[in-house]
Amino acid sequence: MPRRTMIEAIRDAMDVMMSRDDDVVVFGEDVGYFGGVFRATQGLQAKYGTSRCFDTPISELGIVGIAVGMAAYGLKPCVEIQFADYMYPAYDQIVSEAARLRYRSNGQFTCPLVVRMPTGGGIFGGQTHSQSPEALFTHVCGIKTVVPSNPRDAKGLLISAIEDPDPVIFLEPKRLYNGPFDGHHDRPVTPWSKHDLGEVEDGHFAIPLGSAAIRRQGQAVTILAYGTMVHVAQTAAAEADIDAEIIDLRTLLPLDLDTIETSVKKTGRCVIVHEATLTSGFGAELCALVQTRCFYHLEAPIVRVAGWDTPYPHAQEWDYFPGPARIGRALIETLEA
Amino acid sequence: MPMPDQNLTDNTMSSRREPVRSPEPVPLKLHVPEPAVRPGGKPDFSNIRIPRAGQVDRPNVDVDAEAIRDLAFSVIRVLNRDGEAVGPWAGALSESELLEGLRHMMTLRAFDARMQMAQRQGKTSFYMQHMGEEAVSCAFRKALLPGDMNFPTYRQAGLLIAGGYSLVEMACQIYSNTHDPLKGRQLPVMYSSREHGFFSISGNLATQYIQAVGWAMASAIKNDTKIAVAWIGDGATAESDFHAALVFASTYRAPVVLNIVNNQWAISTFQGIARGGSGTFAARGLGFGIPSLRVDGNDYLAVHAVAKWACERARRNLGPTLIEHVTYRVGAHSTSDDPAGYRPKTESDAWPLGDPVIRLKNHLIVRGAWSEERHKQTEAEILDTVISAQKEAESYGTLHSEQRPTARDMFEGVFAEMPPHLRRQRQEAGV
Ligand SMILES: Cc1ncc(C[n+]2csc(CCOP(=O)(O)OP(=O)(O)O)c2C)c(N)n1
Ligand SMILES: [Mg+2]
Repeated sequence: MPRRTMIEAIRDAMDVMMSRDDDVVVFGEDVGYFGGVFRATQGLQAKYGTSRCFDTPISELGIVGIAVGMAAYGLKPCVEIQFADYMYPAYDQIVSEAARLRYRSNGQFTCPLVVRMPTGGGIFGGQTHSQSPEALFTHVCGIKTVVPSNPRDAKGLLISAIEDPDPVIFLEPKRLYNGPFDGHHDRPVTPWSKHDLGEVEDGHFAIPLGSAAIRRQGQAVTILAYGTMVHVAQTAAAEADIDAEIIDLRTLLPLDLDTIETSVKKTGRCVIVHEATLTSGFGAELCALVQTRCFYHLEAPIVRVAGWDTPYPHAQEWDYFPGPARIGRALIETLEA
Repeated sequence: MPMPDQNLTDNTMSSRREPVRSPEPVPLKLHVPEPAVRPGGKPDFSNIRIPRAGQVDRPNVDVDAEAIRDLAFSVIRVLNRDGEAVGPWAGALSESELLEGLRHMMTLRAFDARMQMAQRQGKTSFYMQHMGEEAVSCAFRKALLPGDMNFPTYRQAGLLIAGGYSLVEMACQIYSNTHDPLKGRQLPVMYSSREHGFFSISGNLATQYIQAVGWAMASAIKNDTKIAVAWIGDGATAESDFHAALVFASTYRAPVVLNIVNNQWAISTFQGIARGGSGTFAARGLGFGIPSLRVDGNDYLAVHAVAKWACERARRNLGPTLIEHVTYRVGAHSTSDDPAGYRPKTESDAWPLGDPVIRLKNHLIVRGAWSEERHKQTEAEILDTVISAQKEAESYGTLHSEQRPTARDMFEGVFAEMPPHLRRQRQEAGV
């Protein structure tokens, strides 16, 4: 099977969908001729023409606003916001418009669009190239939120997102674009070509939204993670020598609660990990769901490991990032409780 | 195929009583603007109309916006091809001021080159240079008074250099070291210096344009005498913040100067994508009744003269002015960018407005105030100054060294007083 980086897998998903369906259009800042600052759309304009893949003015509000109009007309826009940190001007179009169009028009108008955005830190990008705003989307009724952790999932989930009849926010952990990240920034990067999940099927293949994946089977404790933190959690469990069961949520909404529940009932312990800031983060929602579903099986309080409640700093990136050491301590704390 | 409205005219004009035929429907087509040339092509700026230096009138500052609509489509220029300062916008600066301006631009260029290199050597994560645009921020700064506030983008460090800010502090910010005035919190070049009239740079494009209007309105509310200056790139004018700024500045006649630095590119996107069907960026101001001018951004004298004119309007309660600085981004967008992927390599050589440093140098030579030899000598002196500032900054650490702001610093300054949840988190972090 061909090996792909995450960027190549994402590009391939758009390519497959654009060739199968004339209604799929791709646009955003620097997305057309140049192929995007991360090169995710490289070659698509040359292949499908400027009406299907084009550069936009720098207006995130404009990008998502026209995408809503196009989606309502019947197209399937798959648009790029250059960094998730720049989505705020588009937030009104996402929250008040895309998310509610089906409901408020009683299905007369719908909004099958995908908004892709690179997310997360780990590249010394400072406060405007590092944020993880997933909880700002899961809190909104009417949109789905996806966070892949590897090339194979990125392709399969993006294809499902484009085929989905409703708006989907597709958050791409940029630290994973070129390889999995074990949380040790001072070690050489392993490329995806050396990782099993860098093997990506050719052509059309879909991973349904709403299904989690168990990355490691274990008995001692369940770790809930997504995106970059899936890999960091794997390192943490290995280094602390803990028999953790690691669940990669893949989509935050819809959420695969059955897989979570089965696992926590088995292990009796749960650690939740995300890079986004702690307070009102998606971990709070997970924590609430797990305690409701698994209260009588829990042997220790649920613990969250997350980014500190400060803006993402530049120099102190690795003091901020919830790395293997912090996750390891949380795992031990949970086991000793 | 006949245009629908032509058909309509035909039918109306026709005296015969024929049944009205509906016009044949025309398949619609999406228009996507394209730059004149792409990599591999021959650079071509023949579409850019450039009037001769000295040709554009200098109206009184209390002129009605309506009366100077043409200034939004022309280019105000002072330095001609022979290096002479000509026309009604010339003559505002003394020889020593011009020599100082030359030094500022040369310093900015030398600083850029050193910091660009430092980034390549891994001493910091990121850098953005000004190559070709030095005159814009260096000359504008000299039209300002103490207490005025700039709301800059990342490509106006000339405001700091021409304002006497320390090169060491700039380098410390870039290195995120122990002497970084922003404690390692901000990406390199996102400076902030209240004392030097330089508002904290956001990183989110355009957000500060409207804030400049607010600052100016505050000054008016308090019957102060200070003005505000807003800065934005050609690409970022597409953001709603820009349009909001024009509405508010127009409505409240805010004492603000609204600058657009049109350097032809927004990363890989040529200016035609943001400009659309509007003839120029300056023309955006006309619908708001804001006097709107275009200036040769590579002409130190012209930028300064226009800046003075606009600042005077603001100071005399005449309201906002929109200025489009026509220039060219010679270098890459940032250290993360390579322009070879989207524009011809030799495009900057073909740029018709030349190089701002060379143009001012030639002017001073023509005036008899400067020589090639003194220029070379000054270049070497400036390089020494920049290198010693850089060395001093490096003695306080570089990004990946041990000498950097602490993890404890990271928790400070989120609020005036640290709330309990952050105190607990800092404790948990053990710092
Ligand atoms: C809200 C927002 N969207 C996107 C970006 C990413 N970005 C940074 S610079 C840039 C291009 C800006 O071009 P322009 O306004 O012409 O300024 P220039 O870089 O040419 O000085 C883009 C798209 C951003 N920083 N903020
Ligand atoms: Mg620009």
